Amino acid sequence: MRERGRGKERAVESFTERLIRATGILVILFLVLIFLFLIQEGGAAFLEIPPGELLQTRWYPNEARFGILPLVLGSLLVTAGAAMVSLPLGLLTAVFVAEVAPRWMREVLKPFIEVLAGIPSVVLGFLGMVAISPLVREFLDAPTGLTALTGSVMLAYMALPTIVSVAEDALDAVPRSYRDAALALGATRWQTIWRVTVPAARSGILTAMMLGIGRAIGETMAVMMVTGNAARMPLTADSFLRPVRTMTATIAAEMGEVARGSTHYHVLFAIGLVLFLVTFLINLIAAWSIFRQRRRHGRLLS
Amino acid sequence: MRRPFLALLPLLLLVACRPPEPGGGADQPLATAIQNVGSDTIVNLALAWAETYQTLHPEVRIAVTGGGSGTGIAGLINGTVDIANASRKIKPEERESAEANGITPVEHVIARDAIAVVVHPSNPVDRLTLRQISDIFSGRITNWSEVGGEDRPIVLLSRESNSGTHVYFLEQVVRLGDSDNTTLFSPETLLMPSSEGISAEVRQNPNAIGYDGLGYVTPDQKTIAVARGPGGPFVLPTVESVNDGTYPISRDLYMYTAGEPAGVIADYLAWIRSPEGQRIVGELGFVPLRIDQ
Repeated sequence: MRERGRGKERAVESFTERLIRATGILVILFLVLIFLFLIQEGGAAFLEIPPGELLQTRWYPNEARFGILPLVLGSLLVTAGAAMVSLPLGLLTAVFVAEVAPRWMREVLKPFIEVLAGIPSVVLGFLGMVAISPLVREFLDAPTGLTALTGSVMLAYMALPTIVSVAEDALDAVPRSYRDAALALGATRWQTIWRVTVPAARSGILTAMMLGIGRAIGETMAVMMVTGNAARMPLTADSFLRPVRTMTATIAAEMGEVARGSTHYHVLFAIGLVLFLVTFLINLIAAWSIFRQRRRHGRLLS
Repeated sequence: MRRPFLALLPLLLLVACRPPEPGGGADQPLATAIQNVGSDTIVNLALAWAETYQTLHPEVRIAVTGGGSGTGIAGLINGTVDIANASRKIKPEERESAEANGITPVEHVIARDAIAVVVHPSNPVDRLTLRQISDIFSGRITNWSEVGGEDRPIVLLSRESNSGTHVYFLEQVVRLGDSDNTTLFSPETLLMPSSEGISAEVRQNPNAIGYDGLGYVTPDQKTIAVARGPGGPFVLPTVESVNDGTYPISRDLYMYTAGEPAGVIADYLAWIRSPEGQRIVGELGFVPLRIDQ
């Protein structure tokens, strides 16, 4: 009887194990399929137009001007601006929530920060259009309020909840004994936080930052509404106070009515491919940093 | 993540706020449904026609959607659209791909429209020649003081490049109607996803200049009087000045059908071109076709 029961248990267990493995493989398979699809639809662009033309500075697909450089730089500029705002702010907020705030405040703050992540981007885009863009024009003396800076502020706001939430989890995972040891050695609370807790959670915090940047670079709707979508080369010093056009906004604005199979269609997919590679790279770095952290912990324990 | 329920609470409240399903729904057998998609310039006009026509003929259902002239024609080519609204003529390559799909697009002029050039009400500039507008939008003139205004940078607003209004403005104004001219919009031009985006920015930004169909100009924007040459006359876009041809930036608006229209669609198009249909054109700020045509 017991033997049969154990056999049944084993069967269930091996079935569950296989199911989980199949799901895992399926996810990777989907990722590969998406990548292949992008190559299939976008690859033709690299054959139809010489690569030199893709690196031109003018994007005007109606007249077959397919220079994607202003779009790539536009995305990078807006994302860099968002990172400059959200990374320090996100880290400081996470430190406050995890280390400084009293327990009751933390119990309130954490769920609220996570709810922020769920605000639809159209709503934020509208907010940026009516509230932030007039401020940028009036107080920073920009010709128009629809600028890269406006986009960066919106994206920073959208990336913050991700960064705070993940970084806070990482800080929370640092063993209590680390802090106790630091305090016992005579370190102040400030020293404990910056010299012990934050370095110990370094990889987790890095992951948080990568995820936040990943969210910012892939965001479409809010960016399309507040950046003005002018495909100019953002190389002048005042570029933050000028409009830009991002890769995501270009795909969203133009994919709707492009003729299937045309060069323009292929180029839009090629832009998608570039975007996919950039986000993939960011996620890869994040994954690698988690992996490294695990190895380090393994060393500590042995 | 220790309190997932607390985080979900606002979401649940939102779901609870959802209005009840509208009662009835399919109260009559499926009537003939006409899919009418295309130009954002025409969408309000098409909606007004569809509403009036459906009260006159309850057995007909007309679904109107915007998205741009290109979107409508792409739908016509794919066979998902019965009537495509376009504020420009169909392009030769679009006609080719339609014919490759076994569809012959047939053109119907359904109204006329003027493109108004608009600025912020506080802008002292009230008249421009076509050449000046062309120089402004191609980036050769970048400050309002060069055309008699204040010392302010000019912020250019345009519809997205898939819009029929964009293409028309490029050909007729930026390139001054010269087909050998290859001038483009300045790369500094802000491409707005919607007509509303343009009017919102023109309303609040004293540096802005934009253009849009006459039917979309609201009283809180200032319309520029336009002249063909430096000698004038400078004409404001009105129904009269478009009809007598003195306002220089006006165009025909089209509907395209797959092949010669028949049945319900033919009746609808005939009604649109009737005096009754054209009366609605005038009410929405567009220019009616002359009925005797």
